[in-house]
Amino acid sequence: MTKTSAETRSVVVERELPHPPEKLWRALTQPHLIEEWLMKNDFSPVVGHRFNLRGEWGGVLDCEVLEVEPNKTLSYTWNFVHEDAAYDLRSVVVFTLTPTGAGTRLRMEQSGFRPDQRQAFGGANAGWQQFFAKLDQVLARVD
Amino acid sequence: MARDHNVLFRTLADPSRRAIFERLCRDGEQTVGALTARAGISQPAVSKHLGVLKQAGLVRDRHEGRQTHYSAQLGALAPLINWTSRMTGFWEKRFDALEDLLHRMDQ
Repeated sequence: MTKTSAETRSVVVERELPHPPEKLWRALTQPHLIEEWLMKNDFSPVVGHRFNLRGEWGGVLDCEVLEVEPNKTLSYTWNFVHEDAAYDLRSVVVFTLTPTGAGTRLRMEQSGFRPDQRQAFGGANAGWQQFFAKLDQVLARVD
Repeated sequence: MARDHNVLFRTLADPSRRAIFERLCRDGEQTVGALTARAGISQPAVSKHLGVLKQAGLVRDRHEGRQTHYSAQLGALAPLINWTSRMTGFWEKRFDALEDLLHRMDQ
Protein backbone atom coordinates (compact mmCIF):
# COMPACT_ATOMS: atom_id res chain seq x y z
CA MET A 1 0.00 0.00 0.00
CA THR A 2 2.58 2.55 -0.99
CA LYS A 3 0.84 4.06 -3.99
CA THR A 4 0.82 7.80 -4.04
CA SER A 5 -2.41 9.59 -3.32
CA ALA A 6 -2.54 10.92 -6.86
CA GLU A 7 -3.01 7.40 -8.14
CA THR A 8 -5.10 5.95 -5.37
CA ARG A 9 -8.61 6.75 -4.33
CA SER A 10 -9.73 5.31 -1.05
CA VAL A 11 -13.09 4.77 0.52
CA VAL A 12 -13.14 4.32 4.28
CA VAL A 13 -16.26 3.34 6.18
CA GLU A 14 -16.08 2.71 9.92
CA ARG A 15 -18.67 1.61 12.39
CA GLU A 16 -18.84 0.69 16.07
CA LEU A 17 -20.76 -2.55 16.46
CA PRO A 18 -22.03 -3.87 19.82
CA HIS A 19 -20.78 -7.39 19.08
CA PRO A 20 -17.53 -9.22 19.82
CA PRO A 21 -14.89 -9.54 17.07
CA GLU A 22 -15.33 -13.33 16.92
CA LYS A 23 -18.97 -12.98 15.94
CA LEU A 24 -18.23 -10.25 13.41
CA TRP A 25 -15.50 -12.45 11.96
CA ARG A 26 -18.06 -15.17 11.26
CA ALA A 27 -20.27 -12.69 9.42
CA LEU A 28 -17.28 -11.63 7.32
CA THR A 29 -15.99 -15.10 6.48
CA GLN A 30 -18.84 -17.63 6.31
CA PRO A 31 -20.36 -17.73 2.80
CA HIS A 32 -24.00 -18.07 3.89
CA LEU A 33 -23.57 -15.12 6.25
CA ILE A 34 -21.63 -13.01 3.73
CA GLU A 35 -24.51 -13.53 1.33
CA GLU A 36 -26.93 -12.06 3.86
CA TRP A 37 -25.22 -8.69 4.12
CA LEU A 38 -22.99 -8.42 1.06
CA MET A 39 -23.47 -10.67 -1.96
CA LYS A 40 -23.73 -14.27 -3.12
CA ASN A 41 -20.27 -15.78 -3.02
CA ASP A 42 -17.97 -18.80 -2.91
CA PHE A 43 -15.63 -17.28 -0.35
CA SER A 44 -13.19 -19.28 1.75
CA PRO A 45 -10.86 -17.69 4.33
CA VAL A 46 -7.69 -19.00 2.72
CA VAL A 47 -4.99 -16.74 1.33
CA GLY A 48 -4.83 -17.14 -2.45
CA HIS A 49 -8.40 -18.44 -2.73
CA ARG A 50 -10.13 -16.96 -5.76
CA PHE A 51 -13.84 -16.30 -5.56
CA ASN A 52 -16.67 -14.28 -7.04
CA LEU A 53 -19.13 -11.90 -5.51
CA ARG A 54 -22.37 -11.82 -7.46
CA GLY A 55 -24.45 -8.70 -7.19
CA GLU A 56 -28.21 -8.52 -7.46
CA TRP A 57 -27.73 -6.27 -10.48
CA GLY A 58 -26.07 -9.18 -12.35
CA GLY A 59 -22.52 -7.92 -12.01
CA VAL A 60 -19.79 -10.35 -10.99
CA LEU A 61 -16.72 -9.25 -9.04
CA ASP A 62 -13.46 -11.17 -9.31
CA CYS A 63 -11.78 -11.50 -5.93
CA GLU A 64 -8.73 -13.14 -4.38
CA VAL A 65 -8.04 -13.47 -0.68
CA LEU A 66 -4.90 -11.55 0.26
CA GLU A 67 -4.78 -11.61 4.03
CA VAL A 68 -6.50 -13.61 6.77
CA GLU A 69 -5.76 -12.89 10.41
CA PRO A 70 -8.71 -14.35 12.35
CA ASN A 71 -10.78 -11.82 14.29
CA LYS A 72 -8.44 -9.01 13.20
CA THR A 73 -7.85 -8.49 9.48
CA LEU A 74 -9.37 -9.72 6.25
CA SER A 75 -8.36 -8.46 2.85
CA TYR A 76 -9.24 -9.36 -0.71
CA THR A 77 -9.08 -7.93 -4.17
CA TRP A 78 -12.29 -6.46 -5.55
CA ASN A 79 -12.07 -6.26 -9.31
CA PHE A 80 -14.76 -5.51 -11.81
CA VAL A 81 -13.49 -6.14 -15.29
CA HIS A 82 -15.29 -4.08 -17.88
CA GLU A 83 -14.28 -3.09 -21.39
CA ASP A 84 -15.66 0.37 -20.74
CA ALA A 85 -12.95 2.13 -18.74
CA ALA A 86 -15.55 4.15 -16.88
CA TYR A 87 -16.78 1.00 -15.16
CA ASP A 88 -13.59 -1.02 -14.97
CA LEU A 89 -12.36 -1.17 -11.41
CA ARG A 90 -9.30 -2.73 -9.79
CA SER A 91 -9.30 -2.41 -6.04
CA VAL A 92 -8.44 -3.99 -2.71
CA VAL A 93 -10.76 -4.21 0.27
CA VAL A 94 -9.36 -4.44 3.81
CA PHE A 95 -11.54 -5.11 6.85
CA THR A 96 -9.95 -4.33 10.20
CA LEU A 97 -11.57 -5.37 13.48
CA THR A 98 -10.57 -3.65 16.71
CA PRO A 99 -12.08 -4.68 20.05
CA THR A 100 -13.62 -1.85 22.03
CA GLY A 101 -15.13 -1.88 25.52
CA ALA A 102 -18.63 -2.29 24.13
CA GLY A 103 -17.91 -4.45 21.10
CA THR A 104 -15.91 -4.01 17.93
CA ARG A 105 -14.90 -1.17 15.67
CA LEU A 106 -15.12 -2.34 12.06
CA ARG A 107 -13.14 -0.43 9.49
CA MET A 108 -13.42 -1.06 5.78
CA GLU A 109 -10.96 0.55 3.43
CA GLN A 110 -11.27 0.11 -0.30
CA SER A 111 -8.45 1.50 -2.34
CA GLY A 112 -8.45 1.37 -6.04
CA PHE A 113 -7.30 3.13 -9.07
CA ARG A 114 -8.36 3.50 -12.60
CA PRO A 115 -5.90 4.63 -15.22
CA ASP A 116 -8.47 6.76 -17.04
CA GLN A 117 -9.39 8.56 -13.86
CA ARG A 118 -5.78 9.15 -12.99
CA GLN A 119 -5.36 10.79 -16.35
CA ALA A 120 -8.55 12.81 -16.14
CA PHE A 121 -7.92 14.03 -12.62
CA GLY A 122 -4.23 14.56 -13.23
CA GLY A 123 -4.54 18.20 -14.14
CA ALA A 124 -7.33 18.84 -11.68
CA ASN A 125 -7.40 22.18 -9.96
CA ALA A 126 -9.20 23.07 -6.75
CA GLY A 127 -12.35 23.90 -8.67
CA TRP A 128 -13.05 20.30 -9.53
CA GLN A 129 -13.48 19.21 -5.95
CA GLN A 130 -16.13 21.88 -5.33
CA PHE A 131 -17.79 21.08 -8.59
CA PHE A 132 -18.15 17.42 -7.72
CA ALA A 133 -19.40 18.24 -4.24
CA LYS A 134 -22.17 20.37 -5.71
CA LEU A 135 -22.86 17.81 -8.36
CA ASP A 136 -23.36 15.09 -5.77
CA GLN A 137 -25.99 17.27 -4.11
CA VAL A 138 -27.78 17.84 -7.37
CA LEU A 139 -27.74 14.17 -8.27
CA ALA A 140 -28.88 13.16 -4.79
CA ARG A 141 -32.01 15.23 -5.37
CA VAL A 142 -32.56 13.64 -8.78
CA ASP A 143 -32.60 10.16 -7.20
CA MET B 1 -15.28 5.94 -23.46
CA ALA B 2 -11.93 7.27 -22.29
CA ARG B 3 -12.15 9.73 -25.16
CA ASP B 4 -15.65 10.84 -24.12
CA HIS B 5 -14.29 11.27 -20.64
CA ASN B 6 -11.67 13.67 -21.89
CA VAL B 7 -14.22 15.61 -23.93
CA LEU B 8 -16.37 16.08 -20.85
CA PHE B 9 -13.45 17.19 -18.73
CA ARG B 10 -12.18 19.56 -21.39
CA THR B 11 -15.65 21.01 -21.85
CA LEU B 12 -16.11 21.65 -18.16
CA ALA B 13 -12.57 22.86 -17.54
CA ASP B 14 -13.53 26.38 -18.64
CA PRO B 15 -14.84 28.27 -15.57
CA SER B 16 -17.40 30.36 -17.52
CA ARG B 17 -18.74 27.29 -19.25
CA ARG B 18 -18.88 25.41 -15.98
CA ALA B 19 -20.75 28.32 -14.38
CA ILE B 20 -23.36 28.23 -17.15
CA PHE B 21 -23.74 24.49 -16.76
CA GLU B 22 -24.04 24.79 -12.97
CA ARG B 23 -26.71 27.43 -13.37
CA LEU B 24 -28.72 25.15 -15.63
CA CYS B 25 -28.31 22.29 -13.14
CA ARG B 26 -29.49 24.47 -10.27
CA ASP B 27 -32.22 26.56 -11.84
CA GLY B 28 -33.52 24.40 -14.66
CA GLU B 29 -34.24 25.29 -18.26
CA GLN B 30 -33.32 28.81 -19.41
CA THR B 31 -32.99 30.96 -22.49
CA VAL B 32 -29.71 32.38 -23.76
CA GLY B 33 -30.95 35.83 -22.76
CA ALA B 34 -31.61 34.81 -19.17
CA LEU B 35 -28.24 33.11 -18.93
CA THR B 36 -26.45 36.13 -20.42
CA ALA B 37 -28.06 38.49 -17.93
CA ARG B 38 -26.26 36.72 -15.09
CA ALA B 39 -23.14 35.39 -16.80
CA GLY B 40 -21.21 38.67 -17.00
CA ILE B 41 -20.13 37.89 -20.56
CA SER B 42 -21.62 38.76 -23.95
CA GLN B 43 -24.51 36.86 -25.51
CA PRO B 44 -22.36 35.56 -28.40
CA ALA B 45 -19.88 34.22 -25.84
CA VAL B 46 -22.69 32.52 -23.90
CA SER B 47 -24.05 31.05 -27.14
CA LYS B 48 -20.63 29.74 -28.04
CA HIS B 49 -20.25 28.05 -24.64
CA LEU B 50 -23.72 26.53 -24.99
CA GLY B 51 -22.71 25.13 -28.38
CA VAL B 52 -19.68 23.43 -26.86
CA LEU B 53 -21.76 22.09 -23.96
CA LYS B 54 -24.31 20.76 -26.43
CA GLN B 55 -21.64 18.98 -28.47
CA ALA B 56 -20.46 17.23 -25.32
CA GLY B 57 -24.03 16.13 -24.63
CA LEU B 58 -24.19 18.21 -21.47
CA VAL B 59 -27.07 20.44 -22.53
CA ARG B 60 -30.07 20.08 -24.78
CA ASP B 61 -31.82 22.88 -26.65
CA ARG B 62 -35.48 23.31 -27.34
CA HIS B 63 -36.83 25.87 -29.79
CA GLU B 64 -39.97 27.75 -28.99
CA GLY B 65 -40.85 30.60 -31.33
CA ARG B 66 -37.78 32.81 -31.55
CA GLN B 67 -36.41 31.61 -28.27
CA THR B 68 -34.10 28.71 -27.63
CA HIS B 69 -34.33 27.13 -24.21
CA TYR B 70 -31.40 25.19 -22.80
CA SER B 71 -31.47 22.51 -20.13
CA ALA B 72 -28.74 20.47 -18.41
CA GLN B 73 -28.40 16.79 -19.21
CA LEU B 74 -27.25 15.28 -15.95
CA GLY B 75 -27.06 11.80 -17.43
CA ALA B 76 -24.04 12.88 -19.47
CA LEU B 77 -22.11 13.32 -16.24
CA ALA B 78 -22.60 9.82 -14.93
CA PRO B 79 -19.19 8.53 -16.04
CA LEU B 80 -17.44 11.39 -14.30
CA ILE B 81 -18.87 11.06 -10.87
CA ASN B 82 -16.17 10.03 -8.52
CA TRP B 83 -16.59 6.38 -7.73
CA THR B 84 -15.58 7.01 -4.15
CA SER B 85 -18.88 8.68 -3.33
CA ARG B 86 -20.80 5.85 -4.95
CA MET B 87 -18.73 3.21 -3.15
CA THR B 88 -19.13 4.96 0.21
CA GLY B 89 -22.91 4.86 -0.20
CA PHE B 90 -22.66 1.21 -1.18
CA TRP B 91 -20.63 0.26 1.92
CA GLU B 92 -22.83 2.27 4.29
CA LYS B 93 -25.82 0.27 3.07
CA ARG B 94 -23.91 -3.01 3.33
CA PHE B 95 -22.91 -2.13 6.90
CA ASP B 96 -26.57 -1.50 7.72
CA ALA B 97 -27.35 -4.99 6.45
CA LEU B 98 -24.41 -6.38 8.44
CA GLU B 99 -25.76 -4.79 11.63
CA ASP B 100 -29.15 -6.37 10.96
CA LEU B 101 -27.52 -9.75 10.45
CA LEU B 102 -25.43 -9.49 13.65
CA HIS B 103 -28.56 -8.62 15.54
CA ARG B 104 -30.37 -11.65 14.14
CA MET B 105 -27.41 -13.90 14.99
CA ASP B 106 -28.17 -13.11 18.65
CA GLN B 107 -31.56 -14.71 18.45
